[in-house]
Amino acid sequence: MITHRAPNSASHSLPGPEDIHREVLSNGITVLVRSNFNSPSVSISGYVQTGSLFDLDEKLGLADFAASALTRGTAKHSFDELYNELESAGASLGFDSGLHTTSFSGRALAEDLSLLLGLLSEILRQPTFPKAEVEKLRHQLLTGLAIRAQDTSDMADLTFDKILFRGHPYSRPEDGNPKTIKAIMREDLVKYHKRNFGPRGMAIAIVGAVEPERAADLVKRALLNWANPLQPEVPAVIEPKRLTSAARRHHKISGKSQSDIVIGTNGPRRNDEDYMAASLGNSVLGQFGMMGRVGESVREKSGLAYYAYSSLSAGVGPGSWTVSAGVNPGNTQKAAELIVKELERFAADGVTREELADSQANFIGRLPLSLESNGGVANALLTIERYDLGLDYYRRYPDIVNAVDQDDVVAVAQKYIDPQRLVVATAGP
Amino acid sequence: MPNNLTKTKLSNGLTVLLKEIHSAPLISSWVWYRVGSRDEVPPLTGISHLVEHMQFKGTPNYPAALMERAVARDGGMWNAFTFLDWTTFFETMPADKIDLALRLEADRMLNSVFDEKEFLSERTVVISEREGNENEPMFLLNEAIQQAAFRVHSYHHEVIGDLADLKTMTRDDLYKHYKTYYIPNNAVIGLAGDFETEGMLARIRELFESIPAGATPPRLARPEPEPRGETRVTVEGPGETTYLEAAYRIPSASHPDFIPLSVLDSLLAGPTNLNMFGGGGISNKTSRLYRALVDREFAVGLSGGSNTTTDPFLYSISLTVHPKRKPEEALAALDAEIERVQDKPVSKQEIMRAIKQARANFAYGTDNITNQAFWLGHAEMFAGYDWFESYLEKLGKVTPRDVLRVARQYFRPQSRVIGTFIPGGKEKK
Repeated sequence: MITHRAPNSASHSLPGPEDIHREVLSNGITVLVRSNFNSPSVSISGYVQTGSLFDLDEKLGLADFAASALTRGTAKHSFDELYNELESAGASLGFDSGLHTTSFSGRALAEDLSLLLGLLSEILRQPTFPKAEVEKLRHQLLTGLAIRAQDTSDMADLTFDKILFRGHPYSRPEDGNPKTIKAIMREDLVKYHKRNFGPRGMAIAIVGAVEPERAADLVKRALLNWANPLQPEVPAVIEPKRLTSAARRHHKISGKSQSDIVIGTNGPRRNDEDYMAASLGNSVLGQFGMMGRVGESVREKSGLAYYAYSSLSAGVGPGSWTVSAGVNPGNTQKAAELIVKELERFAADGVTREELADSQANFIGRLPLSLESNGGVANALLTIERYDLGLDYYRRYPDIVNAVDQDDVVAVAQKYIDPQRLVVATAGP
Repeated sequence: MPNNLTKTKLSNGLTVLLKEIHSAPLISSWVWYRVGSRDEVPPLTGISHLVEHMQFKGTPNYPAALMERAVARDGGMWNAFTFLDWTTFFETMPADKIDLALRLEADRMLNSVFDEKEFLSERTVVISEREGNENEPMFLLNEAIQQAAFRVHSYHHEVIGDLADLKTMTRDDLYKHYKTYYIPNNAVIGLAGDFETEGMLARIRELFESIPAGATPPRLARPEPEPRGETRVTVEGPGETTYLEAAYRIPSASHPDFIPLSVLDSLLAGPTNLNMFGGGGISNKTSRLYRALVDREFAVGLSGGSNTTTDPFLYSISLTVHPKRKPEEALAALDAEIERVQDKPVSKQEIMRAIKQARANFAYGTDNITNQAFWLGHAEMFAGYDWFESYLEKLGKVTPRDVLRVARQYFRPQSRVIGTFIPGGKEKK
């Protein structure tokens, strides 16, 4: 046996109430900090409460366009000056829009945290959307969409969402399409920013070589005096209609040597009671080891695909439960049949006691690894905040995982997965 | 023993590097073999990568499913990579579980089965992997450029190999390759993390020292002659987007000029992240090429970078050409910037900036154990761990004249390959 010296037992290296500093500022910003002096750097991560749910159909992609355009110039810095500050420090700061939130993440050497937070504040509060920069960005976004149109995996996903969430905002591509990107004017960006960006509901996590008080203080200095009386309430998310029959659609992309398949259905929300049972079931279905049962069937036994896995996409709104694979265009049907067979088996019988125990051990055992890097911890703190899981969530996590039994898994499998009503989306030649 | 590092060689020739890092209760173990795609000749291109895949198919003691399950149950992460010069296998585990990884690696250094049926199935998995790569314009372009740049040296083919060879190689070919190269005197093991060196070294001896050494494997060494002029290649494929890549022959990573070339890379195209995990993310929006090409709308995006190879390889600059520009216009703008670094020395400040960017990238790479363990053996593959440890110091000694000299010496049109991906046009519905 190996003698190893553990400075802390594994459970204490996980974030918990006594080493997460959490503070809600008077303007509604939640600040989360955890120190880690093992590396001389810091990671920041966070979100503001606006996203593509607000986009009008004819200007779809507005939130995404705005997130990219935020850094194109501020009241104090031009695009080039702004990035010169960041890049000269070896720091990074990026913005991305999702359905419900616009997120940001960045990192810097610890000595440059104040620079990073100063720029974050400026970018969130005082972007100027210079006309010339907006036009340059538009070309870049349009090129991105042209590349997306050639990506079999992206197009299979978009085709899937369009069917599963038909009539629901989740059916739309967040980055829009060429027509809507061309229709977005600079004034739209200005208006959208003015109305939707505000401190209420914003969260920021800072992890790295900084004392919690100092980090919180720097956030206050940068963002405490931010106010936006116009900021709208977060809209409630409506339930999508459940599928009443199976649906199948192929999106043709000529000249490709591989097709992508996405097969699936609705899934739980992150805060649903049965989320953990679904998550463990999903692990057995298409994650554990070399991609679970799906990987075993499609990759290991049949040699049909380099990747074949299942995923659960669960956020504040209704989610999806999918199996994805990349296969030779001639094998699409064969692979789809194998995947459906696994879904049938999963929905009928759930998982074995042994399979469940394996995935439970994996979920608990991998925590130290997934929470090792500053970025990993920052994301974990945001998850806790966003879904109100409690600062002791990662300490309670083993109990939450172990509380799931086989009956829970089969129940959640049957609740969501009806093998007669699956969406099968493919993209390729 | 600077930085808790221990380096030793076992009696069978296995090089061992150990570095204690007690920041988290984790240990990462990497086994490296000096074999990669540059050790292959037709009709066996791609064999090193396929052998890497077969190493996950089990030994008599550890059948595939058992290995997979054991690592996952313990919450570990494992994977393998095949490159031009090397093949590596790693596991990062909770510290008290690392023994499993060591037993497994010792076992598969000697006892992998290479079952015929498993081989036939894995062959199609790898063919599928290649088909997925072929969906990407940049893969097709890189493959054509590599082939044009290396007529004599075996760097001329992609790691994944040619389809013709993948289809015809046999189980016995693979087994022979395995037996030739997977021997302790052709391998390096590097571990970093939460252990005590003495106990760990004893355990490694116990598990690995009895594995018999073999005949030192031959290394293909056919130096590529100096190019006698620029080569141009074009690749056509689906889509709307044009890509252009300029690839310059540069020396190996252990050559002193690699260091000023890294500074030049940072100035031209933003810093290349040399870490396998962590690091990166520093944007390049104030690099010379971004300002000249993207800001002025010859391109919508660009990247530049090289690889730490054992023999001279390529420094590549890749452009996504602006939809309103012809590739020749983008190339002319690129050439104008290259001439600028050849005409006049860069400023001392620009060099300082490149050093800070490198310092930040290395700091980001130290926030996870996996990456720190990666460097132990990785640096051995092309130089020695000292190369990594002294990297920043060496960068600090680079002068404007050094940068001028390497710009003139290596960025010559006569020693480059220009590749263009020409899109076939819009999808016809």
